[in-house]
Amino acid sequence: MNAPIVNTGLMNEIANLSLSRRGFLRGLAAGSFVLATGIRPARAQETKYGAEAMSGGLKDDPRIFLAIADDGTVSLLCHRAEMGQGVRTSWAMVVADELEAELDRVRVLQAPGDEARFGNQNTDGSRSMRHHFQALRRIGAAARQMLEQEAAGRWKVPVAEVRAERHEVVHAASGRRIGFGELARAAALRPVPAADALVFKRPADFRYIGRDGVALVDNLDITTGKAVYGIDARIEGMAYAVIARPPVYGGKVKRFDATRALQVPGVVKVVPIEETPIPSAFQPLGGVAVIADNTYAAIKGRAQLDIEWDDGPNAGYDSAAYRAALEAASRQPGKVVRSNGDVDTALAGAARRVEASYYVPHLAQAPMEPPTATARVTAELCEVWCSVQNPEAIRADLSKRFGLPLENVIVNTLLLGGGFGRKSKPDFASEAAILSRALDGRPVKLTFTREDDLHNGYLHTVSVARLEAGLDAEGRPQAWLHRTVAPTIQSIFVPDAQQAGAFELAMGAVDMPLAIPNVRIENPPAPAHTRIGWFRSVSNIPHAFAIQSFVAELAAAAGRDPKDYLLQLLGPDRVIDPASVSDQWLYGEDPKRYAYDTARLRGVIERVAAEAGWGRSLPQGHGLGIAAHRSFVSYAAVVVEAAVDDEGRLTIPRVDIAFDCGAVINPDRVRAQLEGAVIQGISLATVGEISFKAGRVVQSNFHDYPVTRIDGAPKQIHTHLVTPTGFDAPLGGVGEPGLPPVAPALCNAIFAATGKRIRSLPIRDQLA
Amino acid sequence: MTKFIVNGSSHQADGDPEMPLLWYLRDLAGLTGTKYGCGLGLCGTCTVLVDGRPARACLLAVGELEGRAITTIEGLSADGMHPVQEAWRQLNVAQCGYCQTGQIMQAAALLAKTPDPSDTEIDAAMSGNLCRCGTYPRIRAAIRQAAKGGAK
Repeated sequence: MNAPIVNTGLMNEIANLSLSRRGFLRGLAAGSFVLATGIRPARAQETKYGAEAMSGGLKDDPRIFLAIADDGTVSLLCHRAEMGQGVRTSWAMVVADELEAELDRVRVLQAPGDEARFGNQNTDGSRSMRHHFQALRRIGAAARQMLEQEAAGRWKVPVAEVRAERHEVVHAASGRRIGFGELARAAALRPVPAADALVFKRPADFRYIGRDGVALVDNLDITTGKAVYGIDARIEGMAYAVIARPPVYGGKVKRFDATRALQVPGVVKVVPIEETPIPSAFQPLGGVAVIADNTYAAIKGRAQLDIEWDDGPNAGYDSAAYRAALEAASRQPGKVVRSNGDVDTALAGAARRVEASYYVPHLAQAPMEPPTATARVTAELCEVWCSVQNPEAIRADLSKRFGLPLENVIVNTLLLGGGFGRKSKPDFASEAAILSRALDGRPVKLTFTREDDLHNGYLHTVSVARLEAGLDAEGRPQAWLHRTVAPTIQSIFVPDAQQAGAFELAMGAVDMPLAIPNVRIENPPAPAHTRIGWFRSVSNIPHAFAIQSFVAELAAAAGRDPKDYLLQLLGPDRVIDPASVSDQWLYGEDPKRYAYDTARLRGVIERVAAEAGWGRSLPQGHGLGIAAHRSFVSYAAVVVEAAVDDEGRLTIPRVDIAFDCGAVINPDRVRAQLEGAVIQGISLATVGEISFKAGRVVQSNFHDYPVTRIDGAPKQIHTHLVTPTGFDAPLGGVGEPGLPPVAPALCNAIFAATGKRIRSLPIRDQLA
Repeated sequence: MTKFIVNGSSHQADGDPEMPLLWYLRDLAGLTGTKYGCGLGLCGTCTVLVDGRPARACLLAVGELEGRAITTIEGLSADGMHPVQEAWRQLNVAQCGYCQTGQIMQAAALLAKTPDPSDTEIDAAMSGNLCRCGTYPRIRAAIRQAAKGGAK
């Protein structure tokens, strides 16, 4: 077997690490691998929450994640995927702080998929810092104490007299100091302190945690083109492939002729891939692969394939007709998923009834790096290099597919050129592996073209929300009926699943926090006709769009200021028992720590209103809109200033976003995520739409699936982080929760500017 | 066969003359800093300089590059110290970073021609470069900062 030819030393190291399984332990553990002792198993009858409830659980043994070389260089193994959220930098900040290491002497390596060893690796759900902050502190603190004990032992002084300080251990009384590098080998042999023996730094002493302006660990590589993304893997002798997949979900190859494709210079082989029946989960759609000496020859060869498709049961999928079907379903009663009080009686007795229907189309994540994977699969060993959010999922799949023991399947996670949920689904890694096996172990790089990415994706659902409220004489809602209709993500796993999952309903529908006495939420069925998948913020997008638009509509009906009205509806500060609103998920978190705290939503609403100058006088054609939403156990509120000119052209002079995610670990990356969420929210609100005709996606590339460009971005974005009260309070998510309030705030601003209410996304030319 | 220069080194492409420079750079020359994003010149992710002017590598057939001098991100500066690269790091512009090599090449070309661009000129010059993470505010700020630094 040839060693991989890889682009950088880092890649080599990852490959060697994966193969040897012991490489990382040089330094701290001096070659002897002892299983973690610091993990506290949860009591059996206890319900697990948070990281403990995730597959693989949570690990915090420093010997798994840290190495310190003789020159003092600290290596940190990051086992969550980096997709732009900054996890590699933020994790290094936390560990360096508790370790009392200099951050510029910390190198971050990327762990291969191995949940038995590292704990949960599914980088999804805005969990990486939320679930790992305290574990990272334990890792750093434990290693620091091992270094301090080693130094104290050498100097024969009580350990209480020494302390780690900037990459050295210092004995103040004698003025002695010794570097981490000199201590590391021996320190690694010392027992790992028990969790209850760990001493953490005081937040006042933090040098990185909570500090602004920390440089990204990958900055130099990114700005010089040396950063290695999934698409950049280069393995010696590899071939390049693209696949013609069924254009309709559930379709099959009826017959194909590869003659002309094989005549294209550089084409090596044409390989049919077996279709996976619906529901296909994360497995390949099937089709015909063209493998060549380079990507271009593969693309050119694919264009010469002659394929006749059997389109199967979804051949009639048509977005216009499907929208009408969703709207019809929303006018019929559906499965009741939350009920408080008596909505029908309250509606019947209302002084005024208001109803509205909202539509959000399918969306494609369209990360700038399309799905790509490189694989080398022999009879004994399967290796994959790819950018996936969940390396363990593909590892288990491949182990099963090739009948290989799990340890013979190595999944190397490279940088993700954006994920947004698309790369939670590792179908592309399976495809690459199948093709390498078909070439008897020759490595194959499989690339999705942009067209493939849009045509064969896992799309954000398409949804209709119908809301009806009964207002009393003062304009306050006494009844609230919400019907949410959308194909479910569960449909990719469960045959003909048509009802929303608890997790989808708990993303903003049932956990609606407004203090309304009579509430009923219903979920009429909706069949899926394409692969539905996670898209950043997921079901929070349509739920927040509908609810926060509707609240503004009710404010207008009541003749009230939208911000004051929203606060009034939110009601008195209270913590909402999730059971009382039939929230069966709560993002997997412990209700004792994470139940919905309406005071925090009020806090971000008041903050953003103050910062944005709510009520300020504006030029003609400008308007302010507000929206607020809790998701991923964080609280966000947005004020958009929209400007619409006489021709109906929309510009966005300013957006303010206030955010409460508990303690802020890396303020710069939190702000970056909020800036990005604002722009992605504006993108989906203004131009984002994937539609179907004859079962096929209509759009094919960025000309007809536009995403917001720099000239469509707000002129100013102001981020306002709610000041943390400390670092022991539970953390909220960061990557996703900024996005849901953006679209309704924008549409509310457009209403303020023009009097026109947008109920159907995208806005596109509705203002003309 | 076509001969051209990439980052100061001679290259000759003797395969399919229709092959876009993008795939030549990535698959044959091993210069993976130039990224694929759309293949149709719609996203700017593969931006390189051809004789100093920005161009989309996915639209340039290697057969048409005879005598041209190509600069990729790997050749923009010897040590990553081009003012645009420095500004990008100082402001932590990148999120996932994937589109940033193309953004940096486009920004470098803008500043070479227009050393002190207005906000409107920045948006106009950069509007062909997509970023799905939404780093546009920092891209604008970094270009302004690089322009300021260059003027010193």
